[in-house]
Amino acid sequence: MTESPLQSFPSVPLLALDTLWFQVAGTICNLRCTHCFIACSPENHSHEMLTLQTVRRYLQEGEELGVREYYFTGGEPFMNRELFPILEATLRLGPATVLTNGLFLDAQRCARLKELESDSEYSLDLRISVDGWGPEDHDRIRGEGTFDRTMAGVRRLWEAGLNPVLTVTELAEGIASPSGRERFLEQLRRLGISKPRLKVLSLFRMGAEQRRERGYHPWERLEAGTTVDAEKLQCGSGRMVTSRGVYVCPILIDFSAAQMGQTLRQTLRPFALAYPACYTCHVQGVTCRT
Amino acid sequence: MPERIAVLGGVYSNSLALEAACRDALSRGAEALYCLGDLGAFGPYPERVFPLLEQYRVTTIQGNYEESLASGRADCNCGYTDPRDNHFAQISYDYTSRNTSSAAKRWMGTLPGTLRLEFAGRRVLLAHGSPRRINEFLWQSTSPAPFLSRLLDEHRADLLLVTHTGLHWHRRLPGGRDVVNVGVVGRPPNNGRTDVYYTLLTARDGVKVEFVPVAYDAERLARDMRAEKLPEEFIETILTGWWTTCLEILPAKERAAGKF
Repeated sequence: MTESPLQSFPSVPLLALDTLWFQVAGTICNLRCTHCFIACSPENHSHEMLTLQTVRRYLQEGEELGVREYYFTGGEPFMNRELFPILEATLRLGPATVLTNGLFLDAQRCARLKELESDSEYSLDLRISVDGWGPEDHDRIRGEGTFDRTMAGVRRLWEAGLNPVLTVTELAEGIASPSGRERFLEQLRRLGISKPRLKVLSLFRMGAEQRRERGYHPWERLEAGTTVDAEKLQCGSGRMVTSRGVYVCPILIDFSAAQMGQTLRQTLRPFALAYPACYTCHVQGVTCRT
Repeated sequence: MPERIAVLGGVYSNSLALEAACRDALSRGAEALYCLGDLGAFGPYPERVFPLLEQYRVTTIQGNYEESLASGRADCNCGYTDPRDNHFAQISYDYTSRNTSSAAKRWMGTLPGTLRLEFAGRRVLLAHGSPRRINEFLWQSTSPAPFLSRLLDEHRADLLLVTHTGLHWHRRLPGGRDVVNVGVVGRPPNNGRTDVYYTLLTARDGVKVEFVPVAYDAERLARDMRAEKLPEEFIETILTGWWTTCLEILPAKERAAGKF
């Protein structure tokens, strides 16, 4: 019998399937951000949009397994024409969070989101991705004029009665420091948002980011025998559904070995942390959850 | 077999509210009193809580505060993730730890982490955060029925009682089982009023769940907190009923309901 190479990496059990992610827009996005860890773009069809029918099938399995919360990402989720019925179906079962670049948040969509939120006993959260405090960093990564348009979307959400979480990558120097965070929060208060919410995210050195700055160093890997805390890692309590099946987490969908099955039940087993991105999650204590 | 029991959540050193709640529960015919932990935090003079628990025979389990104090942890292990939340949590914990004797900390180490009862023919499970983790937050808007049913299956219970979030709620599950977050007596539930809440359970056609508001001398508590130089932000919460700190952990719906 040959030894699997994966056996030399620490393994994380699935403690419970609490968090279910959907790659609802596949890898299709209206932007082509230069730090995107799965290099999403208008032309990237590695993972296709999920249909309402597909989402329903996994929601049903999620309900049977007692999933606690649902997350929707892409690509850009609002490019999926079925997003609203998908959210409506989800919010009957549990809380939902949508990760977006904020560029599709016109007054009509904001009002519809508020309606969905009000009709559910569960929370609906919007998470808006921003890079840096202003257009200097943000537009360089995401494209000319995007910062102002995104912040206009944030403001429209707030005016519609929803309070989004702003997620900021650590790309801008010092943004995770107390003063960096405060500067960002103050900016939101100036927009009229009296309860500003902020989450700082790590960068993953893969996809487009690999070309923008650098990839992982060979030593940025977890070694066998490293003690990992399954409670802190997303893969210890979550899975990711894409058009190609169920993956271990939202980060590793470009790796075929991270696809664990076609149904949720097929993926209720441990996963070996064989990827450099696993190193980032372990070392920085990253969780994709809010 | 008692027909009525009272269950209290986090005390947060609010001995004035604790005593008011115990008296109120007895006056309503509660035959047994339970507390789900977090005796300290937020309020003044943590050691004033212990004699009351004895006097009113309150059966108590560990919260993350008791677990942390007993094991000498440097922080409360409250489960916050945002630095703004952790900043104020640390102020509370340092104050509570400084003002709690080693004998009391040892006693906290002897408290059970969970407790099982039989009440109204139900298998009742008492836990601080959740039965699987002492500092897990079970909020109403992020604890859907399928998830709670799984917890009850895994922990073989028909009625689960928890606290930790500071906000009370009750969800009846398909099949007639129940999960109740009993709230806390330590501070008001972020509703702009100064009353605090405890939970009364009555064995009648199954289990009747009531959240009982309790008025107490909040002005006096505020004076005591000022004398102990506790943050003005905490005092404002006691006097106005709006939470001013540790808000980032709140889910969207719960956050929207408060003033800050």
